[in-house]
Amino acid sequence: MVGTPRVVYMDNNATTRVDPEVVAAMLPYFSDLYGNPSSMHTFGGQVGRKIAAAREQVAALIGAESEEIIFTSCGTESDSTAILSALQAYPEKRHIVTTRVEHPAVKHLCEHLDRLTGHKHRVTRLPVDRDGLLDLNQYEAALSDDTAVVSVMWANNETGVIFPVEEMARIAKSRGILFHTDAVQAVGKIPINMADSAIDFLSISGHKLHAPKGVGALYVRKRVPFAPMVVGGHQEQGRRGGTENVCSIIGLGQACELAQARMEDENGRVRQLRDRLEEGLLSKIPNAIRNGHREQRLPNTTNISFEFIEGESILLHLDQYGICASSGSACTSGSLEPSHVLRAMGVPYTAAHGSVRLSLSVFNTEEEVDFVLDKMPGIIAKLREMSPFWQSSHKGAVGGANCPCE
Amino acid sequence: MWEYTDKVRDHFMNPRNVGEIPDADGIGEVGSLACGDALKLFFKLGPDKKIADAKFKTFGCASAVASSSALTEMIKGLTLEEAEKITNDDIADYLGGLPKEKMHCSVMGREALEAAIANYRGLPIPMAQGEVVCECFGVTDQEIRRAIVENKLKTVEEITNYTKAGGGCGRCHEQLEEILREQRHEIREEPVAETGKRLTNIQKIKMIEDVFEREIRPALRKDGGDIELVDLDGDFVTVALRGACGTCKKSRLTLKEYVEKKLREQVLDSLIVEEER
Repeated sequence: MVGTPRVVYMDNNATTRVDPEVVAAMLPYFSDLYGNPSSMHTFGGQVGRKIAAAREQVAALIGAESEEIIFTSCGTESDSTAILSALQAYPEKRHIVTTRVEHPAVKHLCEHLDRLTGHKHRVTRLPVDRDGLLDLNQYEAALSDDTAVVSVMWANNETGVIFPVEEMARIAKSRGILFHTDAVQAVGKIPINMADSAIDFLSISGHKLHAPKGVGALYVRKRVPFAPMVVGGHQEQGRRGGTENVCSIIGLGQACELAQARMEDENGRVRQLRDRLEEGLLSKIPNAIRNGHREQRLPNTTNISFEFIEGESILLHLDQYGICASSGSACTSGSLEPSHVLRAMGVPYTAAHGSVRLSLSVFNTEEEVDFVLDKMPGIIAKLREMSPFWQSSHKGAVGGANCPCE
Repeated sequence: MWEYTDKVRDHFMNPRNVGEIPDADGIGEVGSLACGDALKLFFKLGPDKKIADAKFKTFGCASAVASSSALTEMIKGLTLEEAEKITNDDIADYLGGLPKEKMHCSVMGREALEAAIANYRGLPIPMAQGEVVCECFGVTDQEIRRAIVENKLKTVEEITNYTKAGGGCGRCHEQLEEILREQRHEIREEPVAETGKRLTNIQKIKMIEDVFEREIRPALRKDGGDIELVDLDGDFVTVALRGACGTCKKSRLTLKEYVEKKLREQVLDSLIVEEER
């Protein structure tokens, strides 16, 4: 085929391309301006000033003050630091509230809290409904005097569903409970303003917004008690030891500035591309179901289940065309159960195994969307042709749970 | 990303013999939509009582489709008696190997073949006779026992890789341990096939004592416990827990998760640690 693109990258919730402008900002700091920002000499000091500028850039994107930003190695470190710090702030409180759909960075941390802290903790995992949304009454009822911290993701990585964390943080604050949000999927994609917020901790990951992998940030609200997790030198005002990952921090700052400038594009053009892709797939392919609330969602993410087939098979066929996506099927998760997010939403196994997530970025084009719309129906049809559950129970193109033939 | 061989990729992208045989002599169905993979196998015998045609329909990942495709190619031209001898390993070998986490796909192929042959002969499906151990994936003790014996499985994790049993809620793990112990007792008489290092009992005892002294005792003593080697019989290491460990409810976990692991790492990876009763 003429003009077939080599890679159609639609897996931006997994990681993103480092923006060329970000690379350009980083490059001088590898082998020309390699000083240690903590040094007393001018050669190192100029690097320190650049880190201060990056801190301003990150703070500006989320409406924070620069001293509220701590650079870390990744989103996971930010999550662990925030939650463990909150537990240390209230050592007598042994309850934590989170959700059933958190990223493993928070989910697995909560499962291992007892071992990490040496104390027995009670963890409430809030359920979600079929659209992936939380029930705020249930949330309020879960809070108790024993609750030390609430940790709820801002936007879900698999479905893109957005939680009302601002409102949830206000409720927590009124009860004297600290609030953390894993916002790695939200920062840079939707507007965030910490100045009007009650959120105490917010995690950022560089590589989800066109900065490199291996750098993240943690927002900690002023005057909120904080206990460092990585203890060492006086870097980050003693809040995170270890010589700064200078180049990546500069890259993260640059990426945040770009994200700010592209916020309109992300929420306008990218959203339109996503909608065009989603509506196209749902209309062209029978027995395709959108997972996640239609409106309360990131502008770049779509998660669709194709019934009666298995996700890994779909991904490998897409791969033949250079299309990069991911799936919530068991076979792609490395476990034997499909995605915990889709199961928590009550997506039937028949559909969870055949789920595909496509996540766009400002680098995607209309041609790429059309290319996927062109290839996907054939792939799904081929796999369904092979599936014992497709034609045996359903003749024709309708099939599935809604089929009038039953 | 899974590391699939070129042959797996080929059989996945260009599966052979997809479809159904309307007047099939034998039909075997295994797996389900909920489990994440399922296979429906059809065969037709020729006048010479050999398998003249075989077709399949599969729901599942690349290795499930490839295993099904390979199976249909392998059984064509065989008598049922010959086809019966095909093991899951043969299917995996035909494909140049499968990732270990995907071995259950080859097991599914073999079970579909057995089910189809049983269907032809009007017999009940052999593997469905046992008692269901893993409720998440509906795996019977018979399937598990056979997988242990044929593939020389040594851990619960391996059982999960081959049969999926224990891969869901995890509630059957203790039962799987029990089955593993029983089966390993039965096959203990078999000589060690691989050439590797063959240790005499005295060498083993000495090495085990070394590990106890160097690593395990110091750790247990911190919690007020101790351990003693009571007996060694082939791969079976009988120990007694002393002090605080003797009364600790978690001692079984300590034995399996810690002592056995250490001994397997440092002495011999087939050792099985048991507590003196």
